[in-house]
Amino acid sequence: MTGFMDLVRRDIRLAMRQGSGIYWTLMFFLLTITLFPLGVGPEQAILGRIATGVVWVAALLAAMLSLDRLFQADYEDGSLELLALAPVPMEIIVLAKCTAHWITTGLPLAIAAPFMGMMLNMDPAGFLILTGTMLLGTPVLSLIGGIGAALTVGVRRGGVLLSLLVLPLYVPTLIFGVIAVDEGVNGLGAQPHIMLLSAMLLGAIALAPWASAAALRLNME
Amino acid sequence: MRVSGAFLPWLAAITAALLAWGLYDGLLVAPPDYQQGETVRIMYVHVPSAYLSMMIFGTMAFASAVALIWRHPVADIAAKASAPIGAGMTAAALATGMLWGQPMWGTFWVWDARLTSMLLLFFIYLGYMALWAAIDDPERAGKAAAILALVGSVNLPIIHFSVEWWNTLHQGPSVLVSGGSTIEGPFLRPMFIMIGAYTVFYFTVLIWRMHQEIIARRIRSLRLLQAQG
Repeated sequence: MTGFMDLVRRDIRLAMRQGSGIYWTLMFFLLTITLFPLGVGPEQAILGRIATGVVWVAALLAAMLSLDRLFQADYEDGSLELLALAPVPMEIIVLAKCTAHWITTGLPLAIAAPFMGMMLNMDPAGFLILTGTMLLGTPVLSLIGGIGAALTVGVRRGGVLLSLLVLPLYVPTLIFGVIAVDEGVNGLGAQPHIMLLSAMLLGAIALAPWASAAALRLNME
Repeated sequence: MRVSGAFLPWLAAITAALLAWGLYDGLLVAPPDYQQGETVRIMYVHVPSAYLSMMIFGTMAFASAVALIWRHPVADIAAKASAPIGAGMTAAALATGMLWGQPMWGTFWVWDARLTSMLLLFFIYLGYMALWAAIDDPERAGKAAAILALVGSVNLPIIHFSVEWWNTLHQGPSVLVSGGSTIEGPFLRPMFIMIGAYTVFYFTVLIWRMHQEIIARRIRSLRLLQAQG
């Protein structure tokens, strides 16, 4: 457990001090959001209708942007091999790195999401559900993305391949995240979708580290 | 390899015979539908390719599990050889579905649940093949791809149900429903013949591709030996 916390702290510190990764993620989020009114047109009614989906898609892309650095940097400078030699099991290491990734991308995105919703004329009744579903959904993105990052860790120019591997697996999170907000605003109740998101989060916590750890072990042989 | 090589011409002959019978039965014998008219005949190529696109992924996931657990090298090759066939079948199902959708729903593409999950399945096939292509060492590539296939097989049902929840326009299941099929006999028979033909076709091409893969690996290892002097 101390190993887990140490690793999370180390990765967050690295993310904070290396070229301010958090700001880049948020900037990318804001820029993508800005493109939508420019492309779709400034009409408030249309923007309000698509706001939830746009915010979710932009957050998903922003979370994916930093995935290829998740294991790559440690793989290149050799610290991943040292971590593999540590007494902590590889699965815990993966979980720690995904947690750190979530704290530096998913968490800021979830906090920023309602402000982006405001820019797109989103119904204020949905703000709380939006943040809530993003708090549940973005860790799933980090965990599933971790599998893709682990599989492509040794691959040259793996970024495009990573998005091809990971994006289809992101679909359920996106769907339930958006439906929860829409149904919540319509008064149909967001609860079933929030419960499904929670189930996906628990499933991802339980299963994804095994796959990522297996892929990492294989790529370090 | 010698045994499977001896089977190959027979399998090819069975494929050709079944295809000819199924196409004859479907295109000439079976009656046009009272609502859909002649376009219903697209079903005889649409349903088998859709069925195979999923069956092949199941086979790949099974072969991948065998490859990871028992480290059987042939399982690896079977999974690799299956992927392009599966991707082709998915593309065929999508294409025939679009051609069928135009007269029936009035549009080539709708963001309907089944179409969308087929499209996502197609992307997963492409990602699987891209991962094989991206890693040079076949042994490592095989294991990485096997992990991806297993992750995909866990995820596919979730993707399918989430997309179903999201939107559906496609007709519900009509072949395998409790209380018998909702499709009448004359339509059903050519369809099952075609499904059989497609399945045998898959095994024929699979064995053929596995042969090629094994030969390619032999050449690779011989070249490596030669390079080492």
